[in-house]
Amino acid sequence: MLFWIILKVGIKSLLVNKLRSILAMLGIIIGVAAVIAMLAMGSGAQKQIMDRFTAMGTNLLTISPGQRGSHGVVSGTQQNLTLEHAQAIANEVKDVTMVAPGVQGGVQLKYLNKNTRTTVYGTAITYFTIRNMEIDRGRAFSEGEVDRTARVAVIGPTAAKNVFGENDPLNEMVKVNGINFKIIGITKAKGDGWGSPDDRIIIPYTTAMQQIFGIDYLRGIDVQADAEAALDKVQADVKALLRKLHRLQPDVEDDFEIHNMAEIRDSANQVTSTFKYLLGGIAAISLLVGGIGIMNIMLVTVTERTREIGVRKAIGATEGNILAQFLAESVIISGLGGLIGLGLGIGISKMIPKFSPMTTLVDWSSAILAITVAGSIGIFFGFYPAWRAARLDPIEALRHE
Amino acid sequence: MIMAIIEARDIVKRYELGGDIILALDRVSFRIDEGEMLAITGPSGSGKSTLMHIIGCLDHVDSGSYVLAGEDVSQMSQRRLAEVRNRRIGFVFQTFNLLPRLTAIENVELPLLYSGQKDARGPARAALETVGLADRMRHEPNQLSGGQRQRVAVARALVTNPAIILADEPTGNLDSKTGEEILGLFESLNRQGRTIIIVTHNLEVAAHCRRQLKLRDGRIVDGVPAGGG
Repeated sequence: MLFWIILKVGIKSLLVNKLRSILAMLGIIIGVAAVIAMLAMGSGAQKQIMDRFTAMGTNLLTISPGQRGSHGVVSGTQQNLTLEHAQAIANEVKDVTMVAPGVQGGVQLKYLNKNTRTTVYGTAITYFTIRNMEIDRGRAFSEGEVDRTARVAVIGPTAAKNVFGENDPLNEMVKVNGINFKIIGITKAKGDGWGSPDDRIIIPYTTAMQQIFGIDYLRGIDVQADAEAALDKVQADVKALLRKLHRLQPDVEDDFEIHNMAEIRDSANQVTSTFKYLLGGIAAISLLVGGIGIMNIMLVTVTERTREIGVRKAIGATEGNILAQFLAESVIISGLGGLIGLGLGIGISKMIPKFSPMTTLVDWSSAILAITVAGSIGIFFGFYPAWRAARLDPIEALRHE
Repeated sequence: MIMAIIEARDIVKRYELGGDIILALDRVSFRIDEGEMLAITGPSGSGKSTLMHIIGCLDHVDSGSYVLAGEDVSQMSQRRLAEVRNRRIGFVFQTFNLLPRLTAIENVELPLLYSGQKDARGPARAALETVGLADRMRHEPNQLSGGQRQRVAVARALVTNPAIILADEPTGNLDSKTGEEILGLFESLNRQGRTIIIVTHNLEVAAHCRRQLKLRDGRIVDGVPAGGG
């Protein structure tokens, strides 16, 4: 079969110039490996961020007070969110399943002679459900403890490790800004990095407002809708309610902010996608350079084998036969390079998490894309040399030394 | 009745070289019959190579007509010419011109594969047996002697059962003994009815042929009348 002869001659002539073939292949190998590794890093980061959002809960609105000041001059945060507002949202807005008031701030934690800084978060027990916080050991505080401003705390594993070291924090007393709190629970680790809730201590909001911060307003309110689909409507209703409670005229801007977690997640997803394809795109430039390398090698090969082309034409090869022969060789180079690059790229992607905090995720669509692109590069950059070979005048080619 | 395998009438071929027009073939007419063994001779620059290219369908004529095996090929497209070369002509070159990375039998198969024939192995084996190389089929060209390579080349020329075998100085790169063997091979093929055209400037080689076309300055100076044409 002509196809097998073409393939065989192609492979054999690549084997004759092993070093040259490998060098030409190297460009494609590096290009494909880079594209796959870069996309894997991008996908990994994307997945990490999305997991974080899922961990935080996506049926979630967070309300925070607006900035104080006018005409773009910010002079602090409004103190206009109160427990009454939180209560009103819970009672009056439809499709709201839970509301958690929140106050927070940086505090000093002290245990024995150890000091550390962390964030204290004063909230209600609903917070644990809304934010998907699970208790690893011990328990969350009760409503009774909230009502009687009990000095009990649930601590995140990072904060616990920072202040207690190797000691078991459960049932230990810890000083928060000099006031004794009893550790009644430890939350499950949610992972380090951006927005990690692990370096945190959670106490009843009553205790936090009265004893730690001495304030009568909230820093934020978390609102959980019963489904992600209801989130937009809940957001609109909450906004209308708060405007009414704040007695804002229709032409006055909101003096609070509502963040929709689903929206934040979607835009974060978009940003990471863009970032991922930017990385992949930069890596793809090396594929292009690899393609030019193939073209260069193929032009040299055609020149070297001019006489052979003449002989083939004399014994009846058509232009199409010659074209197929040389295209086969460039596609073998790029296809094989693509496969090796795929292996290398996956290998690199698996190695990265072992040596860095980054996570990677090889998605098969990008692997298939990279291989397809590599093959197409073989055809595209191999075409011109092959076409030159096919168009050679047989008499000239036979005379070629 | 003897058939004409080649009929050439008033073939003209011009070249442009540095602004000058060179008349490589000047109204050349001849006829070659089926089963002939013929030599085309002449000094270099006589138009011998040009005539070989035209007979071999590697080149077009500028005017005149060239009929090969009953088919006028003078105005055919490159694609059709490739087909005619494949079916009607078996080339044998001075430098053998086997493809280096293929075995003997694969070299012989190649013209059949280009013509789209599915079973190429059988005819290729038969052709190699005809030239006496049945035991060298799996060898690559660089494992063969010059004489053996030329035999493979002859087998490759034979395998398509062409109208003519066109040999260009087939003994030019061989020692005289091996050269004689190759010429003997051509003579035996001719006795089996093959039409053989040998292009050479070597008079000893030409002497093996019953008829010679002598060219000088683009014209035939001897050997025109053939079969009373």
